[in-house]
Amino acid sequence: MLVVGLTHYLVLSAFLFSLGLYGIVTRKNAIMVLMGIELMLNAANINFVAFSRYGNYGIGGQLAALFVIILAAAEAAIALAIVLNIYKTFANVDVDDINNLKE
Amino acid sequence: MSEITLVNLSLIILLLPIIGFTVVIFFGKRFFKIFWFEIAMIGIAFVLASIILFVRLTTYVDAAPIVFQFTWINFGNLPLLGHLTIDLGVKIDNMAAIMMVVVTLISFLVHIYSLGYMKGDPRFTRYYSYLGIFSFSMLGIVLTHNLLMMYIFWELVGLSSYLLIGFWYEKKSAADAGKKAFLTNRVGDIGMFLGILILFTNYHTFTFDTIFHSIAGGHLPFDSGAWLTATGILLFMGAVGKSAQFPLHVWLPDAMEGPTPVSALIHAATMVAAGVYMIARIFPMLTADALLVIALVGGFTSFLAATIAITQNDIKKVLAYSTISQLGYMVMAMGVGAYAYGFFHLVTHAWFKALLFLGSGSVIQAMHHEQDIREMGGLRKKLPITYYTFLTATLAISGVPFFSGFLSKDGLLLGTYAFASLTGHVLIPIFGFTVVILTAFYMFRLVIITFHGEPRNIEKYNHAHESPKVMTIPLIVLAVLSFFFWYTGNPFSGESGWFISKWIHTPHSVVPDSLRFNFMRSTAEASAHLENAHEVITHSPMYMEALHHSHYPAMIISILFAGLGILLAYVIYQWKKVDPDKLAERYSWLYKFSLNKWYFDELYQATFVAGTLGLGKVLAWFDTYIVDGIVNGTAWVTRKVSEFSGLFDTYVVDGLVNFTAFFSGFVGLGLKKIQTGRVQTYVVFAVLSILILLLILRPF
Amino acid sequence: MDGFPILSLITFLPIVGLVIVLSLPKEKAQTVRITTLVITSIQVILAVILLANYNYGLAGINDPNSFQFVEKFRWIEIPGISWIGTIKIDYFLGVDGLSMPMVLLTALITFIATLSSWKIDKSVKGYFALFLLLDTAMMGVFVSLDFFLFYVFWELMLLPMYFLIGIWGGPRKEYAAIKFFIYTLVGSVFMLLVMIGLYFSTKEILPDGSSAYTFNMLAMMNPHNYVSTGILSPLNPSNLRFIAYIALFAGFAIKIPMFPFHTWLPDAHVEAPTPISVILAGVLLKMGTYGILRISFPIFPNITRELMWYIALFGMINIIYGALVALAQKDFKKLIAYSSVSHMGYVLLGMASLTSVGINGAVFQMFNHGTITAMLFLSVGVIYDRAHTRGIYEFGGLANQMPVYTGFVTVAFFAAIGLPSMSGFISEAMVFLGSFGTEVIRTLAIISTLGILLGAAYMLWTLQRIFFGKLNEKWANLPDLDLREYVMLVPLAIVVIFLGIYPSAMLNIMNTSVKHLVDFLAVNAHHISTTISAL
Repeated sequence: MLVVGLTHYLVLSAFLFSLGLYGIVTRKNAIMVLMGIELMLNAANINFVAFSRYGNYGIGGQLAALFVIILAAAEAAIALAIVLNIYKTFANVDVDDINNLKE
Repeated sequence: MSEITLVNLSLIILLLPIIGFTVVIFFGKRFFKIFWFEIAMIGIAFVLASIILFVRLTTYVDAAPIVFQFTWINFGNLPLLGHLTIDLGVKIDNMAAIMMVVVTLISFLVHIYSLGYMKGDPRFTRYYSYLGIFSFSMLGIVLTHNLLMMYIFWELVGLSSYLLIGFWYEKKSAADAGKKAFLTNRVGDIGMFLGILILFTNYHTFTFDTIFHSIAGGHLPFDSGAWLTATGILLFMGAVGKSAQFPLHVWLPDAMEGPTPVSALIHAATMVAAGVYMIARIFPMLTADALLVIALVGGFTSFLAATIAITQNDIKKVLAYSTISQLGYMVMAMGVGAYAYGFFHLVTHAWFKALLFLGSGSVIQAMHHEQDIREMGGLRKKLPITYYTFLTATLAISGVPFFSGFLSKDGLLLGTYAFASLTGHVLIPIFGFTVVILTAFYMFRLVIITFHGEPRNIEKYNHAHESPKVMTIPLIVLAVLSFFFWYTGNPFSGESGWFISKWIHTPHSVVPDSLRFNFMRSTAEASAHLENAHEVITHSPMYMEALHHSHYPAMIISILFAGLGILLAYVIYQWKKVDPDKLAERYSWLYKFSLNKWYFDELYQATFVAGTLGLGKVLAWFDTYIVDGIVNGTAWVTRKVSEFSGLFDTYVVDGLVNFTAFFSGFVGLGLKKIQTGRVQTYVVFAVLSILILLLILRPF
Repeated sequence: MDGFPILSLITFLPIVGLVIVLSLPKEKAQTVRITTLVITSIQVILAVILLANYNYGLAGINDPNSFQFVEKFRWIEIPGISWIGTIKIDYFLGVDGLSMPMVLLTALITFIATLSSWKIDKSVKGYFALFLLLDTAMMGVFVSLDFFLFYVFWELMLLPMYFLIGIWGGPRKEYAAIKFFIYTLVGSVFMLLVMIGLYFSTKEILPDGSSAYTFNMLAMMNPHNYVSTGILSPLNPSNLRFIAYIALFAGFAIKIPMFPFHTWLPDAHVEAPTPISVILAGVLLKMGTYGILRISFPIFPNITRELMWYIALFGMINIIYGALVALAQKDFKKLIAYSSVSHMGYVLLGMASLTSVGINGAVFQMFNHGTITAMLFLSVGVIYDRAHTRGIYEFGGLANQMPVYTGFVTVAFFAAIGLPSMSGFISEAMVFLGSFGTEVIRTLAIISTLGILLGAAYMLWTLQRIFFGKLNEKWANLPDLDLREYVMLVPLAIVVIFLGIYPSAMLNIMNTSVKHLVDFLAVNAHHISTTISAL
């Protein structure tokens, strides 16, 4: 009988993390990159909750997960605002083209 | 008169001239004829000194010296030394009382005489102030009861002598002479100072009587008789300088550059006699060896100076060498133990030598400052008072009976004769008696050439005239003082006179018997009195006998020799039986040797003076180029090192810095390639880095 | 006088003057001069007040309770540095018989030097500002009892001196100023090293019972205060203490100046303006010998005893060598400078005797040399102001042209020769009495007496070359002394003659302290030697 254990959560979290990372690295659209970041943050959240549940660490992990969710919300808000501004300035949200600070 | 009155009087006498000096030097310009103040001061001093002498010789003639002292410097209680103080004080015995009168009277006469002689000098008042400081210092030497005070005043007479010799400092010769006198004296003073140091180190006092007492108690300097002898000789060095004894006699003839009255006062009668006075003061502590040295130096000096005097042509130079010669006599007398006669000669010599100098001053004044006797002649008629007083003094110095000089000279020659017969040192009486001939000869040569015969320089002769009364009266006073009757009733015997038998007593030697001459050894009777340092010496019977035996031979030889000298002078210069020039030619080597003063000046100039100056130059060179050269060299080396380190700094240290910058730039240039500005690239790098880190830091 | 900080006042009064001078506008040169004169004359008055309240019976030297007019409080305190412990430096002033004469001398000489500075007209404000700073530093050196404070004042003195020579000096002023500065600084470095070494070797018990390292000189004098492991502790078996003594001595010797460290002196003197020469010779040179007596001797009594022969040897060399070199000089000022070298030799000789008479003579000679040399340099200044040359051979016959001047120079020269009735004689005689009485250095004392003769030789020769003989027509218009020059020379002449006749006036001040110093040295030298040999 398959018992859902810590390993399963970790595998899931690793999968999600890799997915997010892949999104960040390969997508040129800033929105997609942000979504990648969200995925990675949630992967971390799964880890926190999983360790909190299976490890003997009290509820610290779940609190951290809550904290991360709030952080992610704030981050999404600010990042979207930035993306919006970028779009207003460059009429484009491709991160490769926004390189005015280079050189 | 009580003792304390005498002490107070003596202190007043001491202070009067210095008050005179102070007033005259500070108010000289503001008050007209202020110099009379100084003359009055010394006049009062003379009167007071006479009172002291009178009281001393009547009430206290056999009494102990009157001593008064006070603490000058107090060091408190010192470890090992105990309570240490430096005391100053006065000691009035018969000798000091007599000396005070000699000093103040001659000083007073010179003050009067100078009114005429120095008339019209631009620094007339200053001259009197200098006389004041001299009289003060000389009285200090006379009155002192300790060696330190003697040294202090010793130097001060040196100062006044320096100032007065160089009084006419516009003349280079005068300035030179003053300097020479001071420096030559200082050589002697170093010896004296060392002697004082030895005594102080051992006895922690400067007071004569305390020192004598310790020596009498068997406490010798550094516990050695040799040191006692050395101390005596070192102290005597001071006298060698001051009394112009060989080998430091060279300053006195040059000192004649000073005004003639000064020569009379300082360089004939008083200051130069201070050396003899000092020997008299330290006489009790002189050992046989020290006394022998003193006698030989004195005897040789008297001979040396007399041989020079016979060929000199400057009237003052002749007198100067005669002074040296007579001082040699006194020193010799002290050396052979004829203490009383030594002092006796000091006193008689003071009068007649002052007279001779003042007389020569009168001649020089009359001849318009001509001092060469070859320009004179026949002055007898023009200057009668000067001539007769001068002749009196000449007779006195030549040792002719009825004059004071005979008494004292005969006495001291007797002393040398007896001394030689007891100890075998015949050289001393040989010197002594030879000098009798020479003295009579050169003195009469001087008188004859100057006063007798025909005038050699008619023009100067015609202008010559007798000096004013202020100058002649001192001459007459001094001439009267040159007769025998002041000292004795018997013109042929000083011994029986009151001066020798009553006034002056030879002090008891305090030296251990083993260090004394045989004839001075204490008898049992005298030893009992050792407690009293001023106790009269009772010469051993041996000495008394020798004196007695010597009396007539000595006197007869002395008179004969004096007569011989006078006769020779007459033969050569008055009757012209022998031509002096031919004699000089025949014995030209001897003549030149004497005329050039045995070449002492040249010798000293070439050795000591040139040596010191040369050494100074060498050391100055050494200082500039070696000592300072090392300093500057160090600075140079430091500068070079710093220059090198500057180069090092520029090329190595700074180079390293620049290299670092350059290197970072170079590396940066390469690394900048990975700085793409693309977030994705960075993320990849970050992830890769984390993976690598994980690999490295893996916990398993 | 209890509680009134008179020593601080006398030391820092010139700083007040300095502030006033700096706040005055540049044009008011005369006001600047008068301010300085007022300040220095107040200083003289304060010195006299000090003297009037001075207790002649108290010894000082190593005993804090018998120092007078003491001011002591914590100056710097840094608590709890791990391996050093508490750093504490006291502001500790006080005088005893060694420093009292020096305080009097400094006040007097500074006052005279102010008068002598009157004719300086190149940036007057700057000159007097530096002058006042120098004054504070000199006074500070003589009243400090804390080594650190002493060192601060010692260094503080260098700076104004450097500028005073370097800006207001003669043609080669830069060379002279730098030479002076660096030479003295080298000495200071030695002193600094020894000071720090001593600091880490001495612990003083504080009132609260704890103990701490200390710069207090008096504490350093007490062998019981040494930490046994301290590098300069007598208990330390190494020879460092010996080396420290030599280093410290060298530091002071440069200032004296002792042969062979003396060559900065002639250069500094020749280039310095007259008042600065007066201060240099009159006061600064005394710092060296004062330092030896105040610091080297009581802190290292046993080594002093071992080395006394060498100290006397250098004293002798100074006396003879200085005199011989002076004999060959053609520059009046340089001659006087070398005569200083010679005269300071007597101080060394006297102190090396380690007897009461000798050290009294040495301290007295320090004072007398100050006054006499001041007179000599002022005399040089008088003639240089008028003739603008100092060549001895260029003069001659001035005696009739400037009789009063001649009189003062004669007094000064004879005082320098050591003529009795003037102060120089007493101190020289005492130096010889002391040194001859000490068997170890007797021979050296005997040789040194030659200095009496040589001194007379160069002085009298100079007197003759400048004043006697025929007047050089070039100088027929030289005026005699003016009122200001009188006011400079008369007080010095009076002091010189007064102390020659009544030396006790000065000797009584120092005698108690000197006696105590001699006792202290003897006892402690013995104590330390036995301690060392017991190790």
